[in-house]
Amino acid sequence: MSMNPAAAPSSAHEAVHAHPGAGTYVVIGVILTVITAIEVAVYYIPAMHPVLAPVLLSLSLLKFVLVVMFYMHLKFDSRLFSTVFVAPLILAVSVVIGLFIIFKVLPHYQAVSALVR
Amino acid sequence: MATAEAEIQAGYHPHGRTGLWDWITTVDHKKIGLLYGATSIIFLLLGGLEALTIRTQLIRPDNHFITAEAYNQFFTMHGLTMVFLMGMPIAVALFNYIVPLQIGARDVAFPRLNALSYWIFLCGGLFLYSSFVIGAAPNGGWFGYANLSERPFSPGPNMDFYSLGLQILGIASIMGGVNFVTTIIQLRAPGMRLMRMPLFTWMAFVTSFLLITALPVLAVALFFLTFDRFWGTNFYMPAAGGDPILWQHLFWMFGHPEVYILILPAFGIVSEVIPTFSRKPLFGYAVMVYSGSLIGLIGWGVWAHHMFATGLGPIADAFFTISTMIIAIPTGVKIFNWLATMWGGQLKFTTAMLFSVGMIAAFTLGGISGVMHATSPHDLQQTDTYFVVAHFHYVLVGGTIMGVFSGSYYWFPKITGKLMNETLGKWHFWLWFVGMNLTFFPMHFVGLLGMPRRTYTYSAELNVGALNALETVGSYIMGVAAILYIWNLVRSYRKGEPAGHNPWNASSLEWATTSPPPEYNFGRVPTVRNREPLWLEGKEQVIADAQAAPGYIHMPPPSYWPILTAIGIATTFALFMTHVWWAPLIGLAATALCVMNFAFESTT
Amino acid sequence: MDHAATLPAAGHAETATGLNTFKVGFWVFLGSETLFFGSLISTYLVYKHQSISGPYPDQVLNIPLTSVSTFVLLMSSLAMVLALAGVQRGNRRQGLFWLFMVAVLGSTFLGFQAYEFTEFYHKGLTLQTNLFGSTFFVLTGFHGAHVTVGVIWLLTLWVQGLRGELPPERSLTVEIAGLYWHFVDIVWIAIFTLIYLLQ
Ligand SMILES: [Cu+2]
Repeated sequence: MSMNPAAAPSSAHEAVHAHPGAGTYVVIGVILTVITAIEVAVYYIPAMHPVLAPVLLSLSLLKFVLVVMFYMHLKFDSRLFSTVFVAPLILAVSVVIGLFIIFKVLPHYQAVSALVR
Repeated sequence: MATAEAEIQAGYHPHGRTGLWDWITTVDHKKIGLLYGATSIIFLLLGGLEALTIRTQLIRPDNHFITAEAYNQFFTMHGLTMVFLMGMPIAVALFNYIVPLQIGARDVAFPRLNALSYWIFLCGGLFLYSSFVIGAAPNGGWFGYANLSERPFSPGPNMDFYSLGLQILGIASIMGGVNFVTTIIQLRAPGMRLMRMPLFTWMAFVTSFLLITALPVLAVALFFLTFDRFWGTNFYMPAAGGDPILWQHLFWMFGHPEVYILILPAFGIVSEVIPTFSRKPLFGYAVMVYSGSLIGLIGWGVWAHHMFATGLGPIADAFFTISTMIIAIPTGVKIFNWLATMWGGQLKFTTAMLFSVGMIAAFTLGGISGVMHATSPHDLQQTDTYFVVAHFHYVLVGGTIMGVFSGSYYWFPKITGKLMNETLGKWHFWLWFVGMNLTFFPMHFVGLLGMPRRTYTYSAELNVGALNALETVGSYIMGVAAILYIWNLVRSYRKGEPAGHNPWNASSLEWATTSPPPEYNFGRVPTVRNREPLWLEGKEQVIADAQAAPGYIHMPPPSYWPILTAIGIATTFALFMTHVWWAPLIGLAATALCVMNFAFESTT
Repeated sequence: MDHAATLPAAGHAETATGLNTFKVGFWVFLGSETLFFGSLISTYLVYKHQSISGPYPDQVLNIPLTSVSTFVLLMSSLAMVLALAGVQRGNRRQGLFWLFMVAVLGSTFLGFQAYEFTEFYHKGLTLQTNLFGSTFFVLTGFHGAHVTVGVIWLLTLWVQGLRGELPPERSLTVEIAGLYWHFVDIVWIAIFTLIYLLQ
């Protein structure tokens, strides 16, 4: 769907100096690997289980941000790309959180308030 | 086309295809706009016939004009047609034709993708309507509530057409949304800043954003339904722990933004027509842009107001009541700004203007009844009654359709180079306006008296027979008005008065170029220096540029891969109907082949 | 957002923003995709612990195996940016090698997924068994389908490169394929945490 050769001409040279080099890419790759290793380690350490959700969510958020900023170049590219991607992304995250609250949080809350009454 | 000679002399080479083949392979945004427009007017007539059948069945109590099963199919197809096959595509038709002209572009960002969207839409519409041929049209309402839509409760192919047909149509809408967001970001003429764009283009932008965000949610909801119906999963089946309410959440998360997908284009049209025929710039331009964008944004956070009756509990009820009421604020701002634009203006009540003013009146009524059932306790009394039917018909018939009528009278001269007949137009307006109010106003009372929706007949003891008869008479008057409209379109196209490039003395860029515009739209792309380029300083230069003899202009060549790819995609989904698990894979392989050719096709 | 209003300075980019139209369109498309996967992930979370019969996630999910496949997909993203760097700098050998590596690593990920699915099948978990099966297979299945499309896309580019049709001027096609690939990767980052680690 998207190998349209005519679309390619512009911005090739600007991309070259806008984007980081192979060294940065490898460093980010190493960091991503280390974070993944930490995630799996956290999963296997029983002491971490009370804080499993916040720790894992923060770590994966960090990975997400690193890939988007460096590998997808949003840190270096025009902010317009960030805008058109992040605006729907915020909606998508809101959908996940909204449905989670409606199905998983509110029923408990309402059960408790019914008991109190 | 008068400029054809000049084009050839100056080095512009038209692609030289004519007739049917030209329409099939075209990638020109104006021709695709006309294809969208013609198709959606046909679907408007089909959906209208379905509506008249429904009204005829309801003309008196205990009537048996059609059976209950046929009634179910008719009201479902009426809703699906008016939303997916008329309301959305007719807006897209105007986006296609007008937006590139308004921003000073030669075409949309992805012309072949644009053609692909149209052909997928057409295939989806034909697939949906093919269900009538085997007498098994969708019969579960346009919202197809689970678990009634599931195989055990709806064993026939009816709801298969629903789940697969909407999936096809959704693909077209997402592609269209991506295309228009990109077009408006990328292809604006020099000087056409975001805050100089005409309101119609702004509303097209917000609508496209809603298309790309809301339609994927519907796609997922439909995939679950398709998996349930064809492969025995249990997404919406309580017996296996599934929750039919999840369908409602996903559907309305799409469905409420969909409401704004249908109404924002009409808001955009009215915001063009009112200033033109008041001879005043739009009052509070920036606020109009912000309120339109805010409506789109908040429209994402109100979906469960369709679900108060499911028992969401006090917290969710309160949240969705409040968020829904908040939307009334930017909407009210728009209404007051339109009125303020007219205030002290030199009003000229052409048919386009009449429809815009009528739209404001009717939409306001629909908006107010909307605020009424935003209140959850109130809603429990009204839900599933004709009160709700009255509400959304005021919004969609009074708002969307009257807005689109206004736009078609307004832009017809640009598209054809000829004026529409104003006498016929005024008959059309008054018949439509009276018919609409006769049809839908009594529904408020009928609903409050307790008449339920989606029930094929009613008892004489309910005492709503007279009001129902009145509604049916009103619907027939609307039918007459619709025929007058079609007649006016045909007649004016054949022998309307020549329009000239700017018959209304309007302010925006599409009126700078000739009517109809040449394939490349503008001889030289004009530079925009203000919000009303044809009213303010520099207008002579803008018109001179727009109508200049073209230099070398490369327009994308026609292609038959869009229609073939669309057929491939539609076939893939249609082959599910065989219940042979590998059959859709054949369609998928064909689609992949088409996509490859599409991707590697030269566009020079 | 008003920076979009500034006019292009460079002559070669005839767009209102000076940015490449294809790239803008592709980012818009990726924005749309977030809602597709967002809805799928929501459904998985909503139906968590709702299955009325087994097998349940803790009985089938194989964390060591999936950790390895997650690592493979992460490394494919690294390979992707190295391929892009190669093509951009006109280093044909580097570009071709890493493009091929992305396709290989992507296929390896798909191999892991195929193995995982069959293993689940033998443990009695199918698409129809329970809500966990339905939501899990549909979510990871759609992700896998995206990976498959990506592998085909990258192999197509690789063949083009072999034919010498990927000069630096055309690096943008590789960049956009890369955007798609990284997007598929970040979806997996979310899936790995939400579905596998947070049971
Ligand atoms: Cu709503």
